[in-house]
Amino acid sequence: MDFQVVVLAGGFSKKLVPLVSKEVPKALLPVANRPVLSYVLDLLEQSNLKDLIVVVEGSDAAFRVGGWISAAYLDRLHVDVAPVPEDIGTAGALRAISHHLTARDILVVSGDLVSDVPPGAVAAAHRRHDAVVTATLCSNPVSGPADSGSSGAKDKTKKPGRNIIGLDPSRQFLLHIAAGAELEKDLRVQKSILRAVGEMELRADLMDAHLYAIKRSVLLEVLDQKETFQSIKKDVLPYLVRSQLKSEVLSNGAPQVEENGNDKVNSQSKRITQSQILANASNRSFHELYAFGPDGSASARRTHKCCVYIANNNKYCARLNSIQAFSDINRDVTGEANHLSGYSFSAHNNLIHPSAELGSKTTVGPHCLLGEGSQMGDKCSVKRSVIGRHCRIGSSVKIVNSVVMDHVTIGDGCSVQGSVVCSNVQLQERVTLKDCQVGASYVVTAGSEYRGESLAKKEK
Amino acid sequence: MGAPKKSAAAAAAARVSDDPEELARVPLQAVLLADSFTTKFRPITLERPKVLLPLVNVPMIEYTLAWLESAGVEEVFVFCCAHAKQVINYLESSQWFSQPKFSVTTIESHNSVSAGDALRFIYERNVIHGDFILISGDTVSNMSLTRVLQEHKERRKKDSNAVMTMVIKRSKLSPVTQQSRLGTDELFMAIDPDTKQLLYYEENTNHLKATLSLDKMLLIDNSSIRLHNDMQDCFIDICSPEVLSLFTDNFDYQHLRRHFVKGLLVDDIMGYKIYTHEIHSSYAARVDNYRAYDTISKDIIQRWTYPLVPDVLLLGNSTTKLERVGMYRASEIVQSRSAQIGPLTVIGTGTRIGDNTKISNSVIGKGCDIGSNVLIEGCHIWDNVTIEDGCQLRHSIVCDGVVMKSGAVLSPGVVLSFKVVIGQNFTAPAYSKVSLLPQPIKQDSDEELEYADNNSDVETSCAPDNMNGELTSELSEIQGSATSELGCGGVGYIWSICEGASEEEWRHSIAPISAEKLAELTQTTDDDLEFSNQDGNAPASSGELRSDALSDSEDDDEDTKNDSAYFEKEVEATFLRAVHENVQVDHVILEVNSLKLSCNMEFSACAGAIFYSMMKLALETPHKTTDELSRAVLNIFNSWHRLLKSYLSGKDEEIEVILKFEEMCSESAKELSPLFTQILHHLYDKELISEDAILGWEFEKQGAEESDRVFVRQAENFLQWLKEASEED
Repeated sequence: MDFQVVVLAGGFSKKLVPLVSKEVPKALLPVANRPVLSYVLDLLEQSNLKDLIVVVEGSDAAFRVGGWISAAYLDRLHVDVAPVPEDIGTAGALRAISHHLTARDILVVSGDLVSDVPPGAVAAAHRRHDAVVTATLCSNPVSGPADSGSSGAKDKTKKPGRNIIGLDPSRQFLLHIAAGAELEKDLRVQKSILRAVGEMELRADLMDAHLYAIKRSVLLEVLDQKETFQSIKKDVLPYLVRSQLKSEVLSNGAPQVEENGNDKVNSQSKRITQSQILANASNRSFHELYAFGPDGSASARRTHKCCVYIANNNKYCARLNSIQAFSDINRDVTGEANHLSGYSFSAHNNLIHPSAELGSKTTVGPHCLLGEGSQMGDKCSVKRSVIGRHCRIGSSVKIVNSVVMDHVTIGDGCSVQGSVVCSNVQLQERVTLKDCQVGASYVVTAGSEYRGESLAKKEK
Repeated sequence: MGAPKKSAAAAAAARVSDDPEELARVPLQAVLLADSFTTKFRPITLERPKVLLPLVNVPMIEYTLAWLESAGVEEVFVFCCAHAKQVINYLESSQWFSQPKFSVTTIESHNSVSAGDALRFIYERNVIHGDFILISGDTVSNMSLTRVLQEHKERRKKDSNAVMTMVIKRSKLSPVTQQSRLGTDELFMAIDPDTKQLLYYEENTNHLKATLSLDKMLLIDNSSIRLHNDMQDCFIDICSPEVLSLFTDNFDYQHLRRHFVKGLLVDDIMGYKIYTHEIHSSYAARVDNYRAYDTISKDIIQRWTYPLVPDVLLLGNSTTKLERVGMYRASEIVQSRSAQIGPLTVIGTGTRIGDNTKISNSVIGKGCDIGSNVLIEGCHIWDNVTIEDGCQLRHSIVCDGVVMKSGAVLSPGVVLSFKVVIGQNFTAPAYSKVSLLPQPIKQDSDEELEYADNNSDVETSCAPDNMNGELTSELSEIQGSATSELGCGGVGYIWSICEGASEEEWRHSIAPISAEKLAELTQTTDDDLEFSNQDGNAPASSGELRSDALSDSEDDDEDTKNDSAYFEKEVEATFLRAVHENVQVDHVILEVNSLKLSCNMEFSACAGAIFYSMMKLALETPHKTTDELSRAVLNIFNSWHRLLKSYLSGKDEEIEVILKFEEMCSESAKELSPLFTQILHHLYDKELISEDAILGWEFEKQGAEESDRVFVRQAENFLQWLKEASEED
């Protein structure tokens, strides 16, 4: 396939402190004991997209991510790891690596995506409509009932990442997108687009999966001309959507020079007719109707198409972009969406590594994961939690709804609820944690009790 | 009458609902507004009410009443206002008063100027007891009400706030003119896709604005809404009785859509809801303007409105037969062999058509006399019209009794009102409107006031029979003056197109939009788009969202600046008035306070503004030397210090005054600058400004640039003195 994939793996996201650290960039955070980036890479591999550029912010992080990828995906994928400076935004990152982009279409994927939406289907939708950009959307309460349980229905509306998306009646084209700060203002819908389509469906219950297919020529042109654009989602995509009826990019208008296109003159018209046939459209899309003007004469209006791929409701899709999301995703991947984890679960719906040792009267409930070489003492109880490798857990320990990473030592009589415990942490005896995050290598002293706090070692 | 009516009511109720018990008490009612409260059909409507204008040779109200009867409505209240007598007389002589299961009651009012007034009037009459259908008498429809009534009732059971259901129909706008085929302007609606609740309704939108702004709350409350630009409002509403009382409560509601619907949508306190019902296969449209008149006529001829078509809808005892290619011919037509009658044409009883005459796509009324070599294309010719040889008519409306002398030509879009005579070989310019009545001189910009006009110059004397005599007697008089206007032997006035409407003339006329206009429009839409894109891109090209927010805050700044300038001006005016009219200080304070509230200003701004006005006054007092100016200032302080004092509640306000003073001295009133220290001293003496404030001001200025410290230096001695005095204390 003529697609090049760019995985934006980020760096040390500030939102995820204290989970991320110098040793663990965001891309390597464990989800069900696998780095989150592996979910995207596996997903791409399944769609036979093997030519990847992984963009990592910061050379230090890039080194770590690169090291892991070359070990894990040797011979499976062709991956270039490209370090970019920090805080240049998604569009900035693409700009920085633009000289690497050669294919006709680029698939841009966020490295923190945990999903089973097939990127191949997105790419196909993109090609079918000969679109300039195709965005992937999923229905919003992605993490299912767990999410609605933890947060009330009311503050869901204020959830960050909420966006408003306008679709055409066939739900194939993207007509409007508003995200971020724009949501605070009243909604402004362009009349010209509404007029051309006649009907627009505005949805607030769709989530942008951050999986975009973009035509390379357009992407490069936009990045080149609009130097202030920082984010794909907030700048590039809205810009392309806004200008779709008055295209300023060289997509459909003048015959463009295409390196891999062998037919130059007729390519345009041919592709349009082809795309019509493919789009199974005896009635043309509004873009073409609009472009041809009222009397059918081919007037000089230039349009481009912004498409959407809306994933099925039963597909899982989540982004690891907050601590809450980290807990949710870990729970989901061991729970309802356990097909994503790539493990085969036992009849009890849990997975205990054969090398793990359990003391007597210790129970590990369903939807739990116990990593390689971990040891648990007597009378422990683990519910809906993920425990990493080589952990040493004492007796009478209760772990509920939590994520415990590798090499963690937990003393006797501890209780860990709804918390994230990073690698190499030591919990001494009778520690009680509720809704806490404990940064790597932290030591929690015996008998202490924390509630809703974030514990981390002081820098240096 | 009572007994049979009741049983009929029960029968009909059973037809429309599963719950006969509830409905047996209330027969299905309808309110028919036999007045559109607009002026779109002038000049014709000056002489005859709109509902009685023939649409394919049948008065419009016939279509509406026939539909209501077939849809199971049992009681219709016909609200008559303009030309009420004509409507009542017509109904009395029609079949409708003698229908067994269908009662028609007329309600006459003479002082209603809008639909709102009409509904308030009906509310007072207390005749509506249940859900009713609200339509105007110019509606043509064949939709079944069963579904929509049932939906409405079910919603009402669940939520008593669902007061209205609007019928809508899909109709794609022309991409160029942005109007529907009925000539109505574009309409933007937001509808909840699941409940069909109407969330937003915007007609007559500002074409210059490229974006439509929706309240952000809409999408917080609903996860998905559907925005429509391709829907047409059929103006058929199923209303609950609350609608009438709502109109009474909100006595300023006039227009059904503009005020009532929008009012309910905006108001979230009462929580009344409006729902929509989309019809797909049936027909519903309202004759809103000439273009709609033309379009609906053609729909009727093409039988979209079946059973409301010429050969089924009988009027009088003439029969009309449908012939091939959509030609309807009544009986007793005298037609020359050489006349060619094209498709989609209706010809009324007793009409005579001469040699070599060509007629296509037109409606010809009863008893017309059409000469030889006449060309009629896309016209609506009403009854008893005489068209002499060699005339050419294209896309025009010709009312009863018009005479067109030989060789006259009507350009597209012409409307000839009753009994106009067009002179020989005269060519009526495109879109012109000709009437025997002179154009009312006063053009009401407020179109709702049609009734008032009508009443004064027509209604009183123009019952149909009456009218003839009156007008003929006027004829001779008019003839003299109007000959020149309509050619040799012509009678009538050409109405000048009133200002502002000329732009819209072509939109609503019956003539198809000309090619040049289309080309021009295509151009403008392109420009619009350019404009809209610029508008849309402005924030984007200047950067990401942050800069967008920035530019917005600049806007806000601009706003506040304007606000404060406005506030200052108002305060100044108030103060000057107070000085000149010797208003008491307390009253001035009251006035300034109310201004402060209305402009949402701080006390410090009030103090600044008052001080500014005082200084302004001092400057305006005639003076020659600075001494005199200083004295003038002192005088003003003496008489008005209480006013200023009442706004100087603390140090901050006092500093604000000093800053304001400084600003004046350096910018607008340089004359004052030598007096700065002196006036400051006065202010101190009058205890208007405290020592603390002055020192605070100095402190604030310490870090400022040298150019900003001019006045600090000027007041240095004074400041020194102040400091020493306080030390002495």
